[in-house]
Amino acid sequence: MTDKDQKVTMTRRRFIRNSSLVAGGAAIGGGLIGALIGTNLDNDGKVKTSHETGHNQQENSEASTRALIYFTDREDFQVLSAATERIFPEDENGPGAIGLGVPYYIDHQLAGNYGNSTREYMQGPFFPGTETQGYQSPLKRNQVFNEGIRMLKETSQKNYNKKFDELDGEQQDEILSQFEQGKVPLRGTDSNVFFSLLRSAVLEGAYSDPVYGGNANMEGWKMKNFPGHQASYLSQIEAKEFKKIKPQSLHVFHK
Amino acid sequence: MAKKLPKVDVVTIGVGWTGGIIAAELAKQGLKVVGLERGASRSTKDFLMVHDEYRYAIRYELMQDTSKETITFRNAPNERALPMRQLGSFLIGEGLGGAGVHWNGQNFRFLPYDFQIRTMTEKKYGKNKIGADYLIQDWGITYDQLEPYFDRFEKTIGVSGEPSPLGGQRSNAYPTPPMKETVITKRFKEASKKLGLHPYHMPSANLSKAYKNPDGEQINACQYCGFCERFGCEYGAKTSPNVTVIPTAEKTGNYELRTHSNVTRILYDGKKATGVRYVDVLTGEEFEQPADMIALTSYVMNNAKLLLTSKIGKPYDPNSGTGVIGKNYCYQILPGSVGFFEKEQFNTFMGAGALGATVDDFNGDNFDHSDVDFIHGGSVSITQTGLRPIQNNPVPPDTPTWGKEFKAKSIHYYNRFLNIGAQGASMPFRRNYMDLDPTYKDAYGEPLLRLTYDFTEQDKNLFKFVGEKSSEIMKEMGADTVVTIKSAEKYNIVPYQTTHNTGGVIMGADPNTSAVNNYLQMWDAENVFVVGASAFPHNSGYNPTGTVGALAYRAAEGMMKYSKQGGSLV
Repeated sequence: MTDKDQKVTMTRRRFIRNSSLVAGGAAIGGGLIGALIGTNLDNDGKVKTSHETGHNQQENSEASTRALIYFTDREDFQVLSAATERIFPEDENGPGAIGLGVPYYIDHQLAGNYGNSTREYMQGPFFPGTETQGYQSPLKRNQVFNEGIRMLKETSQKNYNKKFDELDGEQQDEILSQFEQGKVPLRGTDSNVFFSLLRSAVLEGAYSDPVYGGNANMEGWKMKNFPGHQASYLSQIEAKEFKKIKPQSLHVFHK
Repeated sequence: MAKKLPKVDVVTIGVGWTGGIIAAELAKQGLKVVGLERGASRSTKDFLMVHDEYRYAIRYELMQDTSKETITFRNAPNERALPMRQLGSFLIGEGLGGAGVHWNGQNFRFLPYDFQIRTMTEKKYGKNKIGADYLIQDWGITYDQLEPYFDRFEKTIGVSGEPSPLGGQRSNAYPTPPMKETVITKRFKEASKKLGLHPYHMPSANLSKAYKNPDGEQINACQYCGFCERFGCEYGAKTSPNVTVIPTAEKTGNYELRTHSNVTRILYDGKKATGVRYVDVLTGEEFEQPADMIALTSYVMNNAKLLLTSKIGKPYDPNSGTGVIGKNYCYQILPGSVGFFEKEQFNTFMGAGALGATVDDFNGDNFDHSDVDFIHGGSVSITQTGLRPIQNNPVPPDTPTWGKEFKAKSIHYYNRFLNIGAQGASMPFRRNYMDLDPTYKDAYGEPLLRLTYDFTEQDKNLFKFVGEKSSEIMKEMGADTVVTIKSAEKYNIVPYQTTHNTGGVIMGADPNTSAVNNYLQMWDAENVFVVGASAFPHNSGYNPTGTVGALAYRAAEGMMKYSKQGGSLV
């Protein structure tokens, strides 16, 4: 048994033991226990669905999460997708934002706590601040994206008489640069605020755990030689040479 | 109408390191202690699936919910302060264990120089070395007096380390040996030695081996998994209040912990506190909890805020220079150096929050300041904390921040860069302070705390000097490109810098210039003890937790004395 195996076994056992304290109580307890004790294979070696969590249901597979829960107009999503790919393009290292599923990641984030700015202080009065005072707009993040995408479309029509996602790469970059420099007027916020959010969201989608919908097949991590979730490096931390380790995501807890 | 509860001996406002230490020490000696924590309960079992950079390091799962409470900020008193609408520059803890859950575990002692900084500076460099607007003062306690409490805290948390060759005298060795030596720490040490410096392994609360503390609590051995800072530890190997002092308090039978309990007022009769008022944040119900002694144990910000809203102690006025509450807010100055290596890849994704090596040659008064235009300095360290991919996209200067070239270079250098970071001391300045905001309110209708802060000339001079020293080490380490970090012109609340905020309720020997005495007992309310980095008259060139822990043990001793004899303890 490797250190890693031992750790997973130990922590699962410890977790299940501790979880009995909350079983039937908090929702989080029930879900996690279900996930951990739900077995994956039946006696014939066929994939079995966990009744507690629905894990392994065909409908729950990765591909079926590639659908929109925030954007309503398909064109908006295409514009977003084209912009993300310019920020993080496909190259000889590996996939770009679209290949990693970043546009879907952003769509899903915009529908939830992130997009609705649920953990941000959103009480007025609102005043424009200095640069050192940070974000001061009454817009929630998903509203900033709405405004940003609306103006990406408008600017594209105005400058090139074409849809943003139909422009060539250099033209798209030219428009994105104008946004980055805060030169495009937006309603309720500034174009550089949108650009900065978008850039961060692209990197977050490229490199966060695949559970969030981006970093498809951990390809983002593979490009960087980042091994994701590993239980322990105790036996490797003193190594003199660089270690390439096969990455692992949080899904390992549910297999 | 608040529901009045039966009186207890002690209430702590907040349950992290300081609230936990106070509770453990007093409950062990038979006092009835209630811990009021505004956030939820959490411990090791909640961190099994914690290796999630986005959830914890980017979206700040374990930190303060700013939709409920934040601060307002401005650089100078003539500006309008505006809310810090999301976390950025610092990450305030919330929930059981506080920031003691998501710290890195770098556990230093402040230097003997720190505690007598005005006396020692004037003695050596004359009275004019410190400008008139710098409110630098002695702490009302010496390193030697505090040494037994440092020792105590280190034993509680099991620190793994070796003494700094340039640090204060120690009565005992560290409880556990230093963490492992890696290619990176070794390289830093060799380079530093070549430059005539005195490197040592960073004292760490990620333990090198399993350890049982004097209270009988077990702390496990670190696995170097690379998820420490901003995360909880799934092994119980990064010492936290949750695996030490809180269970110690609970085992006595004299401790009652109430989570989701947000204190909104200390009840004060003009001489003493009579109790606290708090809200059950889940039900909205209000309670009044009478107590013989109150310990404010909310690190810095909320210690100051609660005293201001409860009108205990005289608020600091930057114009007249009078008053004490909110005074001497300090932060930390963070020079450093980035090295890019073309021919080597490092295992920087592995690591632990306090795995590193440090030199103190440019810290405190360990070098001659006769010819420099600042006092103090900073510790200079290399750490191997585990670099995660969302937050680390290193590119050499003049690289675009997005697009093809950015992607290629940020991937190429991800495992080919190292960072030497200094923690520079921060000196108090007349216009850097905290008071109550006149406009903005929190979710409970209380005013937000207002922070007025900017960098000073002292800060910028220190930054430049220590930054250049860090680059000399980086060059000696063999980096192909060395980039010395430049100081920002103005302090900015947006980018993360450090959670080492200090001051606001400072300690000292004189009631006119300090809020608490050297037991952290308030001059203006003898049964109120204000425990945290709020007590620091300035911030030193190290992480604050070691000194916070020592002061908490000192305060616990004072509270025990007070429970027997009453009155002022000094």
